[in-house]
Amino acid sequence: MHLSILFPAILNGLLTGAVYALIALGLTLVYGVLHIINFAHGALLTAALFAAFFMHSLFGIDPYLAVFILMPVFFALGYCIQRFVIGPAAHGSDGNILLVTLGLAVVIENALLFAFRADTRTVDVTYAFAVVPFGGMFLSVPRLAGFAAAVVVALLLWLLLTYTDTGKAIRAVAKEKLGAQLSGIDVAHIYAVTFGLGTACVAIAACLLIPTYYVNPHVGNAFVLIAFTTVVLGGMGSIPGALIGGLFVGVVESLCGLYLGESLGQIGIFLMFILVLLFRPSGLLGERA
Amino acid sequence: MSRSGFLPIAAVVAAMACIPFVTSSNVVLNFLVVALLLTLAGQGWNVLGGYGGQYSFGHAAFFGTGAYATAILQVRYGLNAWPAFALGIATGALVGAVIGTLTFRSGLRGSYFALVTLAFAEVLRIVASVAPITGAGVGTLIKLDVGARALQFQSRAAFYWMILALVAGALVITRLIEQSRFGAWLVAVRENEDAARALGVDATRVKLSAMTISAAMAAAAGCFYAQYFLFIDAGIAYGPWISIEALLAPIIGGVGTVFGPLLGALMVKVLGEAAKHVTGDVPGLDLVVYGVVLILVVAFAPRGVADVVARLRGLLKRPAKKAREAAHG
Repeated sequence: MHLSILFPAILNGLLTGAVYALIALGLTLVYGVLHIINFAHGALLTAALFAAFFMHSLFGIDPYLAVFILMPVFFALGYCIQRFVIGPAAHGSDGNILLVTLGLAVVIENALLFAFRADTRTVDVTYAFAVVPFGGMFLSVPRLAGFAAAVVVALLLWLLLTYTDTGKAIRAVAKEKLGAQLSGIDVAHIYAVTFGLGTACVAIAACLLIPTYYVNPHVGNAFVLIAFTTVVLGGMGSIPGALIGGLFVGVVESLCGLYLGESLGQIGIFLMFILVLLFRPSGLLGERA
Repeated sequence: MSRSGFLPIAAVVAAMACIPFVTSSNVVLNFLVVALLLTLAGQGWNVLGGYGGQYSFGHAAFFGTGAYATAILQVRYGLNAWPAFALGIATGALVGAVIGTLTFRSGLRGSYFALVTLAFAEVLRIVASVAPITGAGVGTLIKLDVGARALQFQSRAAFYWMILALVAGALVITRLIEQSRFGAWLVAVRENEDAARALGVDATRVKLSAMTISAAMAAAAGCFYAQYFLFIDAGIAYGPWISIEALLAPIIGGVGTVFGPLLGALMVKVLGEAAKHVTGDVPGLDLVVYGVVLILVVAFAPRGVADVVARLRGLLKRPAKKAREAAHG
């Protein structure tokens, strides 16, 4: 294959991968602290995409501005879900948490299906097809924005975890729940904050996706396994792992799409996912399984 | 091994076998056929998830494989329906054994196991939606050929007895597992895998056997689906709906109990019909109800409805017993 096709494919993959990384960031954060896999992550993404869509179509709010509204709203939503649904319902058993998040996913996805039918909707913004020339090829402006935003969000999250009191508490709970509790940290609150942060990541990703993507009640499914792959690949709970994993998955998808065709592009991701899970479940950067 | 454990199964199956003599309503029979289909898939999930504690989120992988194998063997290779049905179950069990070998040998547990089963089901769904042998996007249609020789029946009652027989088989197998040494190992693995290993239980092999039996039951449900509806496509056979319903039935009814899946499947289907009745053709609400029920059961009745009923009965009995004691005293 000629380099003039290969190089843009890789670059495009990196741009897509940045958004995957952002979605995976929320998932890996929740896993790192609560040690659970949030099966409702994809459904929450779908909900956020619908929210971004209606922000634009009902109130004329640009998706990039909607970030600043949806991020706090989804933070609050995630906080409440963990505090008032998952936490009390799960009785502290991992198996139960799995089932509750699966139940939440089913409820959210199908409530959206019930309310908005299976129709696919798109947002019409003037810059959807804007491009900038870059070294002899053209890069999509909204996807570049997504890339930049993913990097910024990851950086902010890292700063939050490293330097703020809440961040320190989150890391303390992730490391040693009982010890953190003994030193006066409200674990239930920190769990909920973490879940809220994970959900806020999804809201940001949704606002960045919607200008170039579409929304229907099942759209989250396409992302959820990609996000799982990314997280597993990068090592469960690892933030740099999620970033690198996301970029890698984006490139693999783009190259598989190039060589095998669109519909099989996803199979490449799933096979990679299964292989990593089977042979290196701790991920490429992770410490423990 | 006590024989009494099989009496309730015989009684329930015999009572259910009489239903077609009481009503010939196609609506009722169709409802029961679909509920029993779910019972079979749910019993499969229950063997692995209920007794073995391995929560699969991808039992569609086995259901779909059974359905496709039965259909493809008949349509493309001209095989008779009976051997096709048996081979469908065998193929599903084989897929279960392969996935089980891969996952259990690499030590995947808990949420990792749930994830990897989900991923396998999705991979199979995507492959089935593009591969020529499955009819790709169009799906596979089994030719209408009514007669016992082709395992197709004019009357709903015949189909009903057929799925009832399959469910009876699954109930007996589950009871046999429950009473066997293998069942005890399986429960030991569920309760504490490391402790079970320390006591000399070959946990990997026990889980693998459970997964193979579990997959065979789910595949049998898939085979029956193909014979009953005569049409499958990737979204039906490998869709997430069956993975969710198969775990919902035992969890609602009572995980790790013989009758849990049957009880749960009937309740799931009643709820689903009720939701459909309220909303008409608009899709989605029945699944919303399922999701809410799943969360509520996990939150308030983690051992299922059967357990709630048993506890209520215990509460009712206790005052009576006290009254008797008082009378004697």
